[in-house]
Amino acid sequence: MTTTIPGGAAFTDLPALMGLMTGDEKHGPAATSTLDALWVLYDRVLRVTPATVEDQDRDRFLLSKGHGPMAYYAVLAAKGFIDREVLTSFGAYDSPLGHHPDRTLVPGVEIGSGSLGHGLPLAVGTALGLRAQGLSEPAVWVLLGDAEFDEGSNHEAVAFAGAAGLDRLHVVVIDNSSATHGWRGGIAARFAAEGWSTATVDGRDHEALHAAFTAAHPGRPHAVVARVEPKNA
Amino acid sequence: MDTMRERFLDVTTRLLDDDPRLAVVLADISAAGFAPAAERHPDRVVNVGIREQLLIGAAGGLALSGMRPLAHTFASFLVERPFEQIKLDLVHQGVGAVLVSAAGSYDWPAGGRTHMAPGDVALLDTLPDWTVHVPGHPDEAELLLRHAVADGDRNVYVRLSAHQNAAAVPVEPGRFTTVREGSGGVVLAVGPMLDAVLAATEGMNVTVLYAATVRPFDRAGLRAAVGGRADVVLVEPYLAGTSANEAHAALNDRPHRVLALGVPREEHRHYGSIAEHLAAYGLDAASLRERIGPFFW
Repeated sequence: MTTTIPGGAAFTDLPALMGLMTGDEKHGPAATSTLDALWVLYDRVLRVTPATVEDQDRDRFLLSKGHGPMAYYAVLAAKGFIDREVLTSFGAYDSPLGHHPDRTLVPGVEIGSGSLGHGLPLAVGTALGLRAQGLSEPAVWVLLGDAEFDEGSNHEAVAFAGAAGLDRLHVVVIDNSSATHGWRGGIAARFAAEGWSTATVDGRDHEALHAAFTAAHPGRPHAVVARVEPKNA
Repeated sequence: MDTMRERFLDVTTRLLDDDPRLAVVLADISAAGFAPAAERHPDRVVNVGIREQLLIGAAGGLALSGMRPLAHTFASFLVERPFEQIKLDLVHQGVGAVLVSAAGSYDWPAGGRTHMAPGDVALLDTLPDWTVHVPGHPDEAELLLRHAVADGDRNVYVRLSAHQNAAAVPVEPGRFTTVREGSGGVVLAVGPMLDAVLAATEGMNVTVLYAATVRPFDRAGLRAAVGGRADVVLVEPYLAGTSANEAHAALNDRPHRVLALGVPREEHRHYGSIAEHLAAYGLDAASLRERIGPFFW
C-alpha cells in the first residue's frame, strides 16, 4: 500500500515521520502495532480532513489506547492535521504532543486518553448524541488494545452498545497478545455475544483491514480485531 | 409538599420537551419516573443499566457531540464510583455535564454505608471549575436545575436530598442569602440544614446566611456578612469541613475563626431514620445549639 494524496504522504513515509519523534530513523512500522490500522482508517475509511475537524457531520476517530501515540501523530502529520515540524517537540514542555494525547492541544484529536478504558464509553455517548441530533451519516471509530480490554468500563460499553444497536459505532482492537490473562475464545467473541458484527483479520494486511472496516453491519455496531505479532515475540 | 427528587423528574421532563439539546442519562435509578419522557424522546432519555462508568463516559461523549447531558443516580454511584470518569471524561476532555444526585449523605440510613456519600462535594473540590448546588427545598431545586441545564457547558452538580426545609428561600444561584441579621458572627447554613440552624440560633445575636450554591463559594457574600466580627460557623449536610478552606480564603485578610460542622468522617454503623442520624452527627437543632453557642461565647 503506497497510496498518496496531493500534497500528502504515503505509508512508506511514516517511519521517517516517527523517526522525528524518537530520533531513531530505523524505528520502522513493524515496531508499532497500530500503524497499519491507523493508516488504512485515515487513508481510506474516515471521512475527516484537516478542513473538516470542526464539522458536525465528520467521522470521529477516538484513540482510546493513548499509550505509544507516535504512530497516531505520524499519521495525523502525514494527513496534514498537524505540522510535521511539530513532531520533533514530542513530549517537550511546550509541545502539543504528549506521550498521551490531549484533545484540547491537537486539532483532529477527538479525545484525551492515556488512562485505559475511557474511549469506548465516550464513543458510545458520541454515537448517542449524533443519533439524537438526527445525524445518521457520521461514523464513530474507537481504537482499543487487547490488554486495554481488561478494563471493566469496556464491557459496560460493549453490552450496552449491542443492546442499543448503535450501528454507527465501530471498534478496532489491536491484538498483540499483550493481555496478561489472554482472552480465551478470542476477543471478537466478547463483542459477538453482545450482538455486535465482528471480523478478525491480519492487522498488517491493508486490504484485509479495509475490507473488514467497510463491511456492512446494518442495525449493529461493528468490531474489527486486528491481530499483529505478539508484543513480546 | 413534593420531594426534590419528584420535582427533578417533573422539571427535567418539561425541559426535555423544551430543549432539544438536553439528553438525560440514567443507570436504572429513577428510570421508571422518566418512562413518560423516554417514550416521547427515546433518543434523549437513555438508561444504560447498572453501569456507572458508562453513565459518566456516555455523558462525556454526548457533550463531545454537542449535546447538554444530564446524568443521574444516587450520589454514591454518581460521584464516588465513577470518579475517574468525572475527572477524565468530563473535565479533562474540556466538556460539561449536569450531574444530579439523590440520597446524599444520610437519606436512606436503613440502607447503610453503601448508600451514603458524605464525601461527594469534597471529591469534586479536587477538580477545577465545578458549580455545586445544594438546594434545601423543591422550589429551590427547580430553580437551580433550570439554571444548571442552561448554564452553558459548565460542569454542574445538583445535590438533591430527601431532607428539606419547610419553606423555600428566594435564592439567587451563586449568592448567599441573608436569612437573619445579627452582629455577633455568622452561621452559614447549607441547603437542608437551614431549619435546624434557625431553630438552634433562635435568640442569638448572629447573622444566618443561607447557601443553596456552595461552589463557587460566595466569598464576597461571606465577607460582607461578617462585619466587624469574623467568627463563622459552617453547617453543611455532607462531610464536615468541606467548605472550611473556602471560608478561610474568604477571610484571609483578617483574623478570623471558623467552626466547621457537618457529617463526621467516621463510619456510623447504625441504621434507623434521617432524624436519628442527624442527632447522632450533632446536626439536629438541639445539638447545633450546644455546639454553636459556646463558639460565639
